[in-house]
Amino acid sequence: MSGGGGLEGAELARRLRERDLTAAPAVLNLLESGTGRSREAARELLAGLAPAALGREAPGHVIGVTGPPGVGKSSLLSRLVAHWRSGERSVAVLAVDPTSRRSGGALLGDRARIEVDPTDPGVFIRSTAAGTRLGGLAPATRAAAAALASAFDVVVIETVGVGQSETEVADVADTVAVVVQPASGDVLQFLKAGIMEVPDVLVVTKSDLGRIATRAVSDLRAALRALGADAEVVAVSALPPGAGIAELGAALDRHRDSIDLPARRAAARRLHALADFATEHGERGLRALGGRRQAERWLAEQDPALDVRALTEALESRAASA
Amino acid sequence: MSDAPSPRLPERDRPWLMRTYAGHSDARRSNELYRRNLEKGQTGLSIAFDLPTQTGYDPDHELAHGEVGKVGVSIAHRGDMRALLDGIPLGEMNTSMTINATAAWLLALYIVTAEEQGVAEARLQGTTQNDILKEYLSRGTYAFPPGPSMRLIADTIAYTVEHVPKWNPINICSYHLQEAGATPVQEIAYAMSNAIAVLDAVRERVDHALMPSVFGRISFFVNAGVRFVEEHAKLRAMARIWDELGRTRYGVEDPKHRRFRYGVQVNSLGLTEAQPENNVYRIALEALAVTLGRSARARAIQLPAWNEALGLPRPWDQQWSLRLQQILAYETDLLEYPDLFEGSKVMDGLVAELVQGAREEMEHVRELGGAVEAVDYMKASLVESHRERWRRIESGELTVVGMNRFTSTEPSPLTADADGGILVVDPRVEADQRAAVQRWRAERDQALVDRALAELARVAREEHENIMPATIEAARAGATTGEWAATLREVFGEYRAPTGVGEAAALPSEQVAQVREEVERLSEALGRRLKFLVGKPGLDGHSNGAEQIAVRARDAGMDVVYEGIRLTPSQIATSAAQEGVHVVGLSILSGSHRELIPAVLEAMRKAGVGEVPVVVGGIIPEADAEALRELGIAAVYTPKDWDLNRMMRDIVALVAERNGIGAPA
Repeated sequence: MSGGGGLEGAELARRLRERDLTAAPAVLNLLESGTGRSREAARELLAGLAPAALGREAPGHVIGVTGPPGVGKSSLLSRLVAHWRSGERSVAVLAVDPTSRRSGGALLGDRARIEVDPTDPGVFIRSTAAGTRLGGLAPATRAAAAALASAFDVVVIETVGVGQSETEVADVADTVAVVVQPASGDVLQFLKAGIMEVPDVLVVTKSDLGRIATRAVSDLRAALRALGADAEVVAVSALPPGAGIAELGAALDRHRDSIDLPARRAAARRLHALADFATEHGERGLRALGGRRQAERWLAEQDPALDVRALTEALESRAASA
Repeated sequence: MSDAPSPRLPERDRPWLMRTYAGHSDARRSNELYRRNLEKGQTGLSIAFDLPTQTGYDPDHELAHGEVGKVGVSIAHRGDMRALLDGIPLGEMNTSMTINATAAWLLALYIVTAEEQGVAEARLQGTTQNDILKEYLSRGTYAFPPGPSMRLIADTIAYTVEHVPKWNPINICSYHLQEAGATPVQEIAYAMSNAIAVLDAVRERVDHALMPSVFGRISFFVNAGVRFVEEHAKLRAMARIWDELGRTRYGVEDPKHRRFRYGVQVNSLGLTEAQPENNVYRIALEALAVTLGRSARARAIQLPAWNEALGLPRPWDQQWSLRLQQILAYETDLLEYPDLFEGSKVMDGLVAELVQGAREEMEHVRELGGAVEAVDYMKASLVESHRERWRRIESGELTVVGMNRFTSTEPSPLTADADGGILVVDPRVEADQRAAVQRWRAERDQALVDRALAELARVAREEHENIMPATIEAARAGATTGEWAATLREVFGEYRAPTGVGEAAALPSEQVAQVREEVERLSEALGRRLKFLVGKPGLDGHSNGAEQIAVRARDAGMDVVYEGIRLTPSQIATSAAQEGVHVVGLSILSGSHRELIPAVLEAMRKAGVGEVPVVVGGIIPEADAEALRELGIAAVYTPKDWDLNRMMRDIVALVAERNGIGAPA
């Protein structure tokens, strides 16, 4: 029985490596699964897609799109997906539904708001309930983003920004776009919240509002300059026919070209491993590592090519020997 | 003795307008039906349009598949409207049209048809429902986003007040709110808040001197449930609040303009599939709610048929309901007296209670920024009220005779005939209508149509210009329903209404404890949480049932993918595949299950998820249910399956069986 799981994982990894997009649903089913057999398969899957196996970082661009509820993220994504598709780029969207779990169950309605052609094989959308904390990333989302980036050109993680989740997305994504709308208090709140370091690209929606939108853009640019942050600010409108979408696409691409991708991905893997470790071993485990900070410092010294599983195991053996 | 004032009216009152909500298939067949109904003593027309017409698609559009001519008549252009009203003198007729997103367009077709009959628009009498907020809240036949929709409404009101003065340009509907589960207080408050939003929008677009006549032209379309005493009080409460709004908010001096005018369709929500003959009594009692008291009596009444929970009613079923109105109006002494409740402490007390509750709720909506801004809130409140109603039925707190109490029954001879007691629309209608609209397009003056649509698009972009003249011009030129709507969709954008389910409170856990345990056990065996896709294929917007299923499944611990209404079969199949669901539930109430369900199954096979089990719920006659099971549908649920927990347990058992997971020892 237990050997079958590994084979299944290796097979799915092969399909993703060969850019077989139809493998995506099964990959998600597997990563979300909690049985012993599927965990083993999931480890095989992720090992088969690690930089060591690929011979490089996964080529897909992992983009976090986050912002307050009602800001127009889904309309924006509808346009962005169309933009990417017109350039023949395949897109996977991992929609983390803000609905928190109640009674164990969850209502997932996010995908409905992203308009795509259902018959287009180059688009994959999967929704998951947020983690136990409001807005937090679902446990499988980190792994799914890493896995799908080997097959899809673009992997979007859509979350609702209410506190913690922006930074969580930043841990996973190559590029984080924070979406705000003008004249809503978002901009002001955003400036106040002191999370200016987080976004790589700031998106101001509803640019069709005219002067209010222009004002919001210039306010944000001024604030960013004052902070010495180098995020781009792009104004868009998702109203037909849409405006600023190509510019936003270009800004996202520019950011990705500007970063040291292997370093960013290595950092993401380390945080991912630490998160997995913490889920498994809790506060006590972290104490055995000398605390979260200490563990992060130690991880930073490890080989950047190590995959999440190897890093997690390294943490485990370190905690056991402590 | 002889000096005492007579308790009677000096003269018997004139009866209300009697209508039957009717229309099916094509214009010719509906025209025959209307003429027969008028011969039977019906005094007004009430046109039911099919869903493509209501949502602005031509019969040959992908989304129209399965829906053409089903819940009403298909009207694609002025030729159809002419055939529909052939031989009916529009100068004398009073016509109600249940049309909302495309109301401006259907009104234009009506005006153009009258023109062809030589009747000036100023003489036309009737009503366009034209109430978009309740479409977002409950009925689902919207086409455009809220802002532009409110503008279309304001434009039709502004146009008719000036050019079609006897027309009721909008019927503010509380009817559908009750169908969606509203309590009397919610029904009053949301309808009134909606009216305020409409009036405020019109105020921006008409000369202020016209506002009293605008206020006077606003009518309501209400519901009446079987708790007929309280329901009557509700109408008196609405009359009181309306009068007050006219005086205080809009400065309407003339009491005539402040009169609360309403038409009614009594409750369908409470009609049962079990022992359906009992529905006749329910309908009669509900009719009393809207006729008993003279000071809050309906202007126009249409009654549902006894078998609506079974399928589309036949002409005979509708005749039976019309006869009830006629007995009430012409046989009984109801119309011989002044208001029966004047001075009644019970009635006054009930009215005062409802007025106060409604005022508080209206204030809350106002604080949220008015009815348009509060759509999400109102939707969630309705889903919540409906959930509570269902819970009371399941627990037996609320008695529904024949359904959750007094259920033993003799076989009903009424449903024993071959067709099961319902109307079946000829499946050839859709193909015929598809061909007909294509012929129409080929034979008209295309250049004329192109010019008219370009002008329509220009006006649509000009926020301050009235849309009606360009709409009437497009109707004259021979544009189609789908073209008119597509032109506006291009300018206004499309919209998906909130589903309201995300915010619904969880059920008290003891109500679902057993099924939740089963879900947990199965989820553990499956390795991940039981995932359930609830889908509404086609154009049917009646989402109340699907929403309740979705919320209950969530409460039972499932992950539920619910995407709202109006999905194509391929959208459903794609979601099922990408989301990795274990089971799919489809809800269809428009009678289009025969076409849509096979289409979904086919799309699922193509998407590689043909093995995922599918269950179906809706108004589905037994003969069709049998055919669906033969197609591979795992279970068919109809309104008699009211025990949602049982349905959830069925679903758990189904998924367990399909995944080779045995029942726990």
